[in-house]
Amino acid sequence: MEVKGTAMAGTLESSDAQVTVEPGTSGIELSIESSVINQYGRKIRATVLETLERLDVKNAKVTVVDKGALDCTLKARVEGAVFRASGYTEDDICAGKKLPWGGAIQ
Amino acid sequence: MNPNLTRLRRSMMFLNAQKPSLIKDPYIYKPDSIMLDLEDAVAENQKDAARYSLYHALKEIDYRGVERVVRINGLETAHWKEDVRVCVAGRCDSIRISKTESAADVIAVEEEMKKAEEEFGVEHGSILLMAALESCKGIMNAYEICMASPLLFGVALSGGDYTKDLQTSITGTGVEFAWARGMMINAARAAGKQCFDTVFTNLDDMDGFIKETQMIKNMGFDGKSIVNPRQIEPTHKIFTPSEKEIIKAEKIVKEVDEKKAMGIGVFTVDGKMIDIAFYPGAKRTIELAKAAGVYEGDL
Repeated sequence: MEVKGTAMAGTLESSDAQVTVEPGTSGIELSIESSVINQYGRKIRATVLETLERLDVKNAKVTVVDKGALDCTLKARVEGAVFRASGYTEDDICAGKKLPWGGAIQ
Repeated sequence: MNPNLTRLRRSMMFLNAQKPSLIKDPYIYKPDSIMLDLEDAVAENQKDAARYSLYHALKEIDYRGVERVVRINGLETAHWKEDVRVCVAGRCDSIRISKTESAADVIAVEEEMKKAEEEFGVEHGSILLMAALESCKGIMNAYEICMASPLLFGVALSGGDYTKDLQTSITGTGVEFAWARGMMINAARAAGKQCFDTVFTNLDDMDGFIKETQMIKNMGFDGKSIVNPRQIEPTHKIFTPSEKEIIKAEKIVKEVDEKKAMGIGVFTVDGKMIDIAFYPGAKRTIELAKAAGVYEGDL
């Protein structure tokens, strides 16, 4: 998927993560902020990168502010931001653009 | 037949599907069902984000036997078809149809569900439906709604929208819901379906909550919609047969079985006249006690 604009998903509430994606030109530039970075930083990074790979995002600047999110929440927030930035807004979905549940989203 | 059609549903707890802190571990409170909400609890500009969150919760969180119902957006919105797709792809247990007004609404959702089941390779019949009645028209059509699909396990009253349509407000006395509750439970029982009451939102009035829950239990309802974990325990206490009720039901079932074999139709149990008409109620009490995990007898 091509990140065409800047988009954000998630919140700064406990157990959530706020993910921002912006267009990039030189691969994935990932920055992570988390209060549990020492314990879970590697795991968070791996989950975010795997999710981006499944979504076939090659170039993007990705910022994650983690507030103790589970893996499933991290995936959901990365997908939310990427789809929003790639032309899958709720208006598009309501107009009939179908999301790839079980495919790129899993 | 899907065994979930008749499962125990004393408490159905609403949770915003967009809030990770709410959906990560609600099973610790032991509700019978959780209602993962894509509708009113989710802001209009977060409908998409709520679906991603819901999908991964359904696929990755072990809810430990708690039923996972998803409340989809109403058929008057453009959101509901993708809501159905994500429910099926995530393999939820049941879909709650918002603002149901007719049998046609149930049929429309079932048709969309069938398309999604085909797309995602899900067996038809494995995901059930329930209908929320939120308008005067919906209440008037309760029986046709109950009969609209064999996959529909029950109907629930949604009091906030209903009182708006009725042009009144929630008074706390229950007078505004009297006819709707009576109509719904009668329609549900006539159709062989379950029936659930609306939420009680004043969390500081636990006495009022208990009084209302006891009343709807006496009316015949199967359970209540819940908005806070604090409401679960009193609800389960009210909807679970007491030891005294279980012992009485056991005696009736055993006596009826025994006397029937002897050709006796009317007899007494603990000094009270009993006949075959008491049998179904006693059987229901035993089944409810079994489902609630409090029956230790041999029936």
